[in-house]
Amino acid sequence: MGRFVAQRLLMLVPVLLGVSLVAFCIIQLSPGDPAQVMAGMEASEADIEMIREKFGLNEPLPVQYWAFLKGLFSGNLVSLRYEAPVMEIVLPHLKNTLILASMSIVLAVLLGVATGVCSAVMRKTWVDYLATVLALFGVSMPVFWWGLLLMLLFSVKLAWLPSGGMGTFAHLILPSVALGTSSAGIIARMTRSSMLDVLKQDYITTATAKGLVRSVVVGRHALRNALIPTVTVIGLQFGQLLAGAVLTETVFSWPGVGRLLVTSILSRDFPMVQATLVIVAALFVFVNLAVDMLYAVLDPRIRYHGR
Amino acid sequence: MAGKPSSLRLIFGRIRRNPIAFLGLLIILGYVGMALFAPVLAPHDPIRQDLDKSFAPISAEHPLGCDEFGRDILSRILFGARISLTIQVFSVGIALFVGVFLGAISGFFGGWIDEGIMRIMDILLAFPGILLALAIVAMLGPDLHNLIIAIGIYSIPQFARITRGSVLTVKQNEYVTAARAIGETKPSVILRYVLPNAISPIIIQTTLRMATVLLTAAGLGFLGLGVQPPQPEWGTMLSTARMYLRSAPMVAFFPGVSIMIVVLGFNFFGDGLQDALNPKLKD
Repeated sequence: MGRFVAQRLLMLVPVLLGVSLVAFCIIQLSPGDPAQVMAGMEASEADIEMIREKFGLNEPLPVQYWAFLKGLFSGNLVSLRYEAPVMEIVLPHLKNTLILASMSIVLAVLLGVATGVCSAVMRKTWVDYLATVLALFGVSMPVFWWGLLLMLLFSVKLAWLPSGGMGTFAHLILPSVALGTSSAGIIARMTRSSMLDVLKQDYITTATAKGLVRSVVVGRHALRNALIPTVTVIGLQFGQLLAGAVLTETVFSWPGVGRLLVTSILSRDFPMVQATLVIVAALFVFVNLAVDMLYAVLDPRIRYHGR
Repeated sequence: MAGKPSSLRLIFGRIRRNPIAFLGLLIILGYVGMALFAPVLAPHDPIRQDLDKSFAPISAEHPLGCDEFGRDILSRILFGARISLTIQVFSVGIALFVGVFLGAISGFFGGWIDEGIMRIMDILLAFPGILLALAIVAMLGPDLHNLIIAIGIYSIPQFARITRGSVLTVKQNEYVTAARAIGETKPSVILRYVLPNAISPIIIQTTLRMATVLLTAAGLGFLGLGVQPPQPEWGTMLSTARMYLRSAPMVAFFPGVSIMIVVLGFNFFGDGLQDALNPKLKD
């Protein structure tokens, strides 16, 4: 297991370097003079020259890239809008996004696994059809529109829940429901199909033949194995939630990293855009690694066959 | 293998017997029809403003009412289908072309070519969901062309991976070895023997990707980083309608429903196609 982990960690190095290179290129590949792009269209020649000096844009590209990497972690990379080191701004926002994403994934897993299991156990009944259609609706609903509908009903019409911002637990409910719905749909479909596969296995027939009640067969014998592929999907969904947070946070004015990214793009705060992208991508990569490891723990065959 | 008329008929037969997939197909056809015939179907100019009719309710003249500038919502939805379909066709086209090319040479040649291409794909895949498209739009600036490029690039890794996987399986077949043995060149082996037999998963991916791409384009529009107003892109329409959610919720309702129905259509159809093209489920 130790070797497996070390191998996977080593493979992350080029990916993370590549990610930082992509983020670095965002300014370099913009059409026109990067300093002009950062300073904005109305900037004077002196402003542009100042930006060029400040960000070392006169240096050769490899030097600039190295300075960017160092700046990310040393605090030398400063946001244009906040005039503070980017990490000081990104990390608290990241915490808020993680709160939202975690709550969403909990909702999605509870709802998705329950629906998937019911669907599989009651295959080809109206429960199964209803669950399939609901899951497809969940997946197809644009998260920002679904968020607006929830807001319209629960905040505007019924006035039960706040329509935006962050503070109490009540603030968390609507955004996490909006964000978690599509993941719930995907998890439900995955659970259904893996549960159906498992229910066909001989050992389930044996368990039933032994005279165990259906709920024990399903709950204890089938679900454990059926959840292995579901775990991977849950991990991948967590990454998707980080991305989906961009839209949900905008709808509900949630002060997370997604909203920070969008406002930074709109206000041309390029150092902030770069830092946010690197941090979110790095987090996503590490979550995927964690999922792979969890998968290896749950299914020992993976460890021995490797990849 | 999907290509011969007989197998096409077989696949269509299976889709017709699957009510959900068939519904998906009908939705897609309706949507394409809307996009193609928008100028004929739309009762009004989608961009011309008439402030006297600001937030006009649903009526015979304006079947879906009017938005804040008095523009006919139905006409905007119809022309919006055009924009969405354009984005879908071109961005998925770019991704399909580049992704299948990269995936095919990666899977066929293996070795360092495979390693190199797949590591680059890993880097692109490290940006979850909409993020890569967002980054590219941030770089190029928001407009229709850049949106198509951004969404195209963001979809390349999916096609590359699927094609590679499929090619890896197909190239084990004896007819591929035979084709190489009789002296066919490598490009010819890939184009004539490998790809046609590796096509099923690519077709399924194309359909499902159409759904994702529409959601991404609308999402970027909603964030103000997609097609810019006054163009009637559905996500952009939702973004402005959001400001009037309390006073005129219907203005936000229709663009959202349109996105959802079309995405459902592609997902229904893609799902059915998956079953129809799956040899294990042959009847």
